[in-house]
Amino acid sequence: MFATAVIVFRETLEAALIVSIVLAATRGVAGRRVWIGGAVVAGVAGAMVIAGLTGVIAGALQGIGQELFNAAILISAVVMLAWHHLWMAVHGRELATRLRRLSDSVREGGATLAALSVAVTLAVLREGAETVLFIQGVATSEPLHNVLSGLALGVTGGAALGALLYLGLVHVPVRHFFRVTGWMIVALAAGLAAQAARFLEQANVLPPIVPQLWDTSPILSEGSLPGQLLHVLVGYTPAPSGLQFMCYVATIATLIIASRWRSTMTGRPRQAQAT
Amino acid sequence: MRTFLALCCFAVAGAAFADDPTFEIAIRDHRFVPNEIAVPAGQKVKLIVKNEDATPEEFESKRLNREKVIPGRSQATIYIGPLKPGEYPFVGEFNESTATGKIVVK
Repeated sequence: MFATAVIVFRETLEAALIVSIVLAATRGVAGRRVWIGGAVVAGVAGAMVIAGLTGVIAGALQGIGQELFNAAILISAVVMLAWHHLWMAVHGRELATRLRRLSDSVREGGATLAALSVAVTLAVLREGAETVLFIQGVATSEPLHNVLSGLALGVTGGAALGALLYLGLVHVPVRHFFRVTGWMIVALAAGLAAQAARFLEQANVLPPIVPQLWDTSPILSEGSLPGQLLHVLVGYTPAPSGLQFMCYVATIATLIIASRWRSTMTGRPRQAQAT
Repeated sequence: MRTFLALCCFAVAGAAFADDPTFEIAIRDHRFVPNEIAVPAGQKVKLIVKNEDATPEEFESKRLNREKVIPGRSQATIYIGPLKPGEYPFVGEFNESTATGKIVVK
């Protein structure tokens, strides 16, 4: 039961932390609970479908179907997070003002909520599909009540850590709140981009450039809890390749530059028109 | 039998020439067979993992920076390297107590 719980916890953690970050990042946007709750439900449903199709996906495209599928999911999630980040470059100030005054929510956040919901659905779907497969495997050799209690324990553990992160985030002073969630979204997106790069290397679609830039696994293993947390939050990988590192840095740089550019454009509309 | 073996050698040699060096590992009763393989350093290597069990397994190695779910009774291809000499342990994440192994790069 505990072995099952540990693996389920590991798989759940990434999705749970992403949900928490997204929930925090959309504070003050009307309808976020319905959107994100719906996205989690859609992700779980999708996970069951994908788990059923694993054999088909894995066998597709000369055996690299799984890698391409994962990379596509991760890249889509990165695009959605980027969309949100650029939206915040324009609307962040307004959201922060309303949060400070404890006034009503922002109504026009529909588009960014949709984008983030897609990101949440994809995260839950990807991790969920692996969990479903694992559970199916364990269920053939272990009594059902053991499997189910392990599943419940693992999911609860993952969700509890997600909830802790959320509670921690909402205690960040309002002044800094959206800057903090903004950075978390950027780090999250960069980590997912690096994961996508790894899948494309594994499939021999892209070259690693440098196979292993460094190896910090003896110092901080990704299997340990701090290692896992850092893996999700900032994309920690003990032995990254050159390609992964480049994708990571490029994602952060692109998001910072694009968001600065957007906020200057909208912050000074007259000057922008004049030039 | 001899012809068959000769054909096998030919097929393996052909695949190796046509492609990167290829190594095979099987998963049997939640164990890797063999659980240690030696691969050349400084070269990209194609790893074929055949899951002969009915249940899925996740091939995972933090040091190799690879992970892949392999459904029951199917095989997966994983490209690794080019690697520096050393030992690179891997596990079957779904059965970590038994499914362990390592790749020795020479």
